[in-house]
Amino acid sequence: MSDGAIPKIAVRGLEKSFGPKRVLDGLDIECRHGESLVIIGGSGTGKSVLVKCILGLLHPEAGSIRIDGVETIGMPRGERTRLMHKFGMLFQGSALFDSLLVWENVAFGLIQGRGMERAKAREIALTKLAAVGLGAEVGELRPAELSGGMQKRVALARAIAAEPEIIFFDEPTTGLDPIMADVINDLIIKCVRELGATAVSITHDMVSARKIADRIAMLYRGKIIWQGPAGEVDSSGNPFVDQFVHGHAEGPIQMEVRAL
Amino acid sequence: MLTFLASVGAAFFAFLAATGRLVRFALLGLGAGLRPPFYPRLILRQIVAIGYYSLPVVGLTAIFTGMVLALQSYTGFARFNAESAVATVVVLSVTRELGPVIAGLMVAGRVGAAMAAEIGTMRVTDQIDALTTLSTDPFRYLVLPRLLAGLVTLPLLVVVADVIGVFGGYVVGTMKLGFNAASYLTQTETYLERMDVISGLVKAGVFGFIVALMGCYHGYHSRGGAEGVGNATTHAVVSASILILLSNYLLTTAFFGGK
Repeated sequence: MSDGAIPKIAVRGLEKSFGPKRVLDGLDIECRHGESLVIIGGSGTGKSVLVKCILGLLHPEAGSIRIDGVETIGMPRGERTRLMHKFGMLFQGSALFDSLLVWENVAFGLIQGRGMERAKAREIALTKLAAVGLGAEVGELRPAELSGGMQKRVALARAIAAEPEIIFFDEPTTGLDPIMADVINDLIIKCVRELGATAVSITHDMVSARKIADRIAMLYRGKIIWQGPAGEVDSSGNPFVDQFVHGHAEGPIQMEVRAL
Repeated sequence: MLTFLASVGAAFFAFLAATGRLVRFALLGLGAGLRPPFYPRLILRQIVAIGYYSLPVVGLTAIFTGMVLALQSYTGFARFNAESAVATVVVLSVTRELGPVIAGLMVAGRVGAAMAAEIGTMRVTDQIDALTTLSTDPFRYLVLPRLLAGLVTLPLLVVVADVIGVFGGYVVGTMKLGFNAASYLTQTETYLERMDVISGLVKAGVFGFIVALMGCYHGYHSRGGAEGVGNATTHAVVSASILILLSNYLLTTAFFGGK
């Protein structure tokens, strides 16, 4: 469903706690079809938790998550598996399966998740590896033999292999040098555009956020405190956003530092 | 006094909750086998990992156990002129108890730890979440093949351990203690009943399941990086070892009722 009136992702009143710590506190956010939404926020503010709730990897205590207008919280297991076909995910640490070859990693969702024949899945995997600038010879290596940047590219190839409708990027440039980070940003933009997919990225890398986002939202204390077009993030008028985007230690956001 | 009772009550409820979580995990793992897709190659790979690669350690422990058992029983029985019972004691002890228990404990140390470390590492590096996002049920892909392989493979290992253990006793009996080879074998065969072997193999199946279950359970729930994986590995081995010894007593009571 690509009806512009229905958001691709709609999150309402989402609450999630770990013990006494409330991480998401009635969070609301929407993402339109084909939009690239970047959620920014400090470490430990719940960005990854939000994405994991949308993916169904974590179960929120309250709220609603709708994909294409369909409620996904409490969805039966079979329907959830089918819903997963819409998603692709690039994990912060790449999360490649180290017991498998690179091409098997890329083709994993096609072979295991969709029952595709290995030969055909391998062909698609090599095409996707080429799309992220990696040759067929890399496909025969193990993930442990690759650099961090190459692992991210493989993870990106895996995320787009099944041509998902929604792709999540969790800190796609963390731990990479600026040049490799820019390469990954360019690949994300290219892949998302070619697929016509909706993209939700979480990052605290403002260079990356400015480059890949159509819209930016800032998460603080379990709520979205500001959202707007990517071009307006530097003139948001919100002191929390200003402090974050300029990386100032002084401001309304106080880091929780325990005295020694 | 109230504080003490409250602590006991809390510990009891925590035990019940942990048992419930473990049973739920086992049911989810086994229940995953009721629906396709199935992964026969993964089951075979686990059978090789559990069975074939454990053969040396299980074989070595079995042969030395059989040898020591023959020596010790000879020393004890010689005190009341019952040396001829050595072969019978060796074969009954090995097939009923020592074969499955020793093999179970060895496999818990070798395979249970490896399972917990592998699945724990997959957990802390988001690989299990990645499986889910790739439309693959982690219970079907990771847990079920290990549970089935544990259930099937340990009895096979115990058959080998039984043969090697009895052979160890035979070697010591004939070469060191001076038994006649033919009469030692006759004694071994005469008093061995089918039920002795079957009970040992059933125990082995239960122990194999326990080892795989504890390895998967603790690995799947590991948290907090390398330390968490280390803790999961320790818990997997310790809990599997305790459960093996506990279930061994319960199964022995069920099979033989203390006779």
